Amino acid sequence: MNMPVLNEIKKSLIAAIWFMFLTFPIMVIKVNTITRTIDWRWKNMMYTGIGAFFLSAVWRYMLRRKEKNQNALEKEGLSIVQKILQVKTFSIPATVLLLIFAIVFPHLFSMHQTNIMISALIYVMLGLGLNIVVGLAGLLDLGYVAFFAVGAYAYALLNLHFGLGFWTVLPVGGFLGAVFGILLGYPVLRLRGDYLAIVTLGFGEIIRIILENWNEFSFGPAGIANIPKPELFGLDLSLSAKTIYLYYIIVLLVIFTVFVINRLTDSRIGRAWIALKDDEIACQAMGIDKAKTKLRAFALGATWAGMGGVVFAAKTAFINPASFTIWESVIILCTVVAGGMGSIVGVICGALLLILLPEYLRDFGQFRMITFGAVLVLMMVFRPGGMIENVRRTYQFKTGETNDIHS
Amino acid sequence: MNPEYLTALILGGLTRGSIYALIALGYTMVYGIIQLINFAHGEIYMIGAFTGLIVSTVLTMHGMPGFGVVFFAAAAAIIYACCYGYTLEKIAYKPLRHAPRLSVLISAIGMSLFFQNYVLLAQTSNFLPFPGLIPDFEFWKPYSHVMSATELVIIVTTAIVMVLLTLLIKFTRIGKAMRATSQDKIMASLLGINVNQIISITFIVGSATAAIGGLLIASHTGQINAYMGFLVGIKAFVAAVLGGIGSIPGAVLGAFVLGLSESVFTGYVSSDYEDVFAFLILVLILIFRPSGILGRDQTQKV
Amino acid sequence: MTSILDVKNLTLDFGGLRAIDHLNLTVNKGEIAALIGPNGAGKTSFFNCITGIYKPTAGEIFLTCRNGEKERINGLKPNLVTRKGMARTFQNIRLFSSMTVLENVMIGCHSITHAGILGAVFKDAATRKEEKYIVDKSYSILKTLELERFVNELAVNLPYGAQRLLEIARAMATDPQLLLLDEPAAGMNPTETRRLDDMILKIRDEKGIAILLIEHDMKLVMRISETIHVVDYGKKIGEGTPEEIRNHPVVIKAYLGEDIHA
Repeated sequence: MNMPVLNEIKKSLIAAIWFMFLTFPIMVIKVNTITRTIDWRWKNMMYTGIGAFFLSAVWRYMLRRKEKNQNALEKEGLSIVQKILQVKTFSIPATVLLLIFAIVFPHLFSMHQTNIMISALIYVMLGLGLNIVVGLAGLLDLGYVAFFAVGAYAYALLNLHFGLGFWTVLPVGGFLGAVFGILLGYPVLRLRGDYLAIVTLGFGEIIRIILENWNEFSFGPAGIANIPKPELFGLDLSLSAKTIYLYYIIVLLVIFTVFVINRLTDSRIGRAWIALKDDEIACQAMGIDKAKTKLRAFALGATWAGMGGVVFAAKTAFINPASFTIWESVIILCTVVAGGMGSIVGVICGALLLILLPEYLRDFGQFRMITFGAVLVLMMVFRPGGMIENVRRTYQFKTGETNDIHS
Repeated sequence: MNPEYLTALILGGLTRGSIYALIALGYTMVYGIIQLINFAHGEIYMIGAFTGLIVSTVLTMHGMPGFGVVFFAAAAAIIYACCYGYTLEKIAYKPLRHAPRLSVLISAIGMSLFFQNYVLLAQTSNFLPFPGLIPDFEFWKPYSHVMSATELVIIVTTAIVMVLLTLLIKFTRIGKAMRATSQDKIMASLLGINVNQIISITFIVGSATAAIGGLLIASHTGQINAYMGFLVGIKAFVAAVLGGIGSIPGAVLGAFVLGLSESVFTGYVSSDYEDVFAFLILVLILIFRPSGILGRDQTQKV
Repeated sequence: MTSILDVKNLTLDFGGLRAIDHLNLTVNKGEIAALIGPNGAGKTSFFNCITGIYKPTAGEIFLTCRNGEKERINGLKPNLVTRKGMARTFQNIRLFSSMTVLENVMIGCHSITHAGILGAVFKDAATRKEEKYIVDKSYSILKTLELERFVNELAVNLPYGAQRLLEIARAMATDPQLLLLDEPAAGMNPTETRRLDDMILKIRDEKGIAILLIEHDMKLVMRISETIHVVDYGKKIGEGTPEEIRNHPVVIKAYLGEDIHA
């Protein structure tokens, strides 16, 4: 055997031993403090060793590949997915097919599947909204779920107290989301990135704690039940018909979201966001109001969360503060990061994949969160651009387009 | 106002503050060196507490006497926390040394999520009772109605750790290298300091203090679970920011200010909104004095 | 002649260090003025002070705004200073790296355009017209600075000299009355510098923009500026025409030495 291979095996062995040692107390020993017995799970140690042996080899291989790419200094060009996405002859029929699939979906599959799909699409909407804040404006918002909660509680409470219907509350939820976005965003906009993350996290938790403790307002941990689904012209629909109807609503909302975000990216405001992410000081020197631009991103992102919240409340018919923990924010962040920050297609794929896979892979459910954690780390280390890296559509100037104004 | 009640609140606040201080040190040291918030720091503290619990239970069941159990459990907890801290840095931070801050922050959050669920899956999601590792000292009996022996040990241990850490940073070679690295990484490496090694050492030292904090608080409250690290971690971070992040005396001061004011707040105002209070302090301090109590103002270079 | 920028007794302290010490400076309408001095004399700090990035410790800054009125601009945020009609470039190039050359200039148009969120979403006639205006204006500025062949390139891929010019183009897009250039010729070769000379004169002559520049290249400074201000240790030690500065004893002693005749 030649030396490099031997060397690799040695390194892998060291990694295996290290991780076997590291995970020994927590993976192997399980004490039962009531019966005062100890369960020695030596098998776990074996699994850890074998896993670490191979994974560490993969880890080193990937790191080397990444380094090589960086040294070569050439951007590896567009990935296959991006190339396919840019070919119009492919992307248009694909979009049409996807739309057809989305339309017939509830008629092909059971109500259970439709419900799962509704959840996934709510996450798509949340991901796209958070993408405005994180992907475009570069602000890490860890309290995003608070705006989702605002929307959900807006529908539940307005319906409970005033009997307002889904369609009335949907824009109200979006509006309230935006208002909260501005209220919470305003004091923290001067903060640098990592402080912003912690403070938004704090705000998110504050809202949850208030919802949990202010019984007179939010009914505390018991939550609010019997939230109605949207009505269709006062028709008396069956539960399955209502679910299908809600499904179409969320599909339309997702299409609407994609449309709006697309337009925004190509606008004066979208450019300001990207510039702000690139260089804040230069951005201000160009006359861009930093606070206002960030606030816009915050408010717009929160609007989608607010509307998503209304749909969520209508879907589950029951909400309580437990649905709006910080980890929910992290899951949404995870869908954005995994899919590709800034990329609309990426975020949609990321959300669908990360939400649907755990639903369909049996026994995988309990590993959901630990996988999300690993996904965040691995993505950042090896593929910070996400599965579908965002290649920003730049404005392409064509000669002959201008009338040569002299200002 | 009932003076005894107030005294109890103040002592409770000091205990709380000590724990925050032990954890805040890790944040502030790491921040001082690589200007990053180690989001997974609270998880290291939780892992320390779990290791302590597992080792002490095993040893007790094998009939080891009390002091031996305390010693070995504490040693194991600290060593394991250090190893986890070291590994964490190698996996989630080192490959991202030149990446944008946003990436590192996301990676750190991922690590936090990972550790939490790792303990949750390998152990349990329920609360586990934690044995009282600290005995009720004979000599302290007369005063124990004012302050329990555990509280005394927490405060004294914190003080000792602070002094040792200050000595380490002020007077040892490693301490000097740490200070140099925090000022200018490139210059430090040109002067022959192994920057990567210094960063590792910083993570290890920070993890050790976190583990000590984890053990102490666990024997104080008598129970632990996999989620215990997150909130305490955030609060310790608040303490570090309050004192001026990057400054070690600042972290200690901030921790005591936060501990005391939180204790008084829960005692006199509301215990439901205890956590809200900490976050409000964070928001206020960041808006009005982002450099913290002891931090220096930073002028951005243009 | 009417002044466009009046700085009176400007002082800036960093802790105990005085970076700028009671500095007085006036730039007239349509004038090309230069600010020279040894490294660390406080020139860039002066720019940062008057553009609102640093807060001056004492002193007054007045800018004649677009409507012809004098306004005190101390402590104004950088973006508002730009809106009032004073734009700048950066010594260490700060272009928007993920954007193309044209988009960089388009960002400069931000402060003189208005489209909001609703405009962006609905793309109404006014917004479309404004977008076209932004593109046309940006392109014509690129043409003025002879950068049009790079129009669709990413800004980071440009040669160094072109990046410096793009900084100027971007600042011009904000429609300034006074342009602050921080070492525009740094890193340029003699041919490029020569071209920069013509460019700066052209900007002033064609658009009537007053220019205040920090520069170490004395040839360039002497050739194009009408007034030269010399600072050392944050203090003004001399002011005058290039001819006067050439013969100013204090200036020669403090800073210029023999280089001036080179």
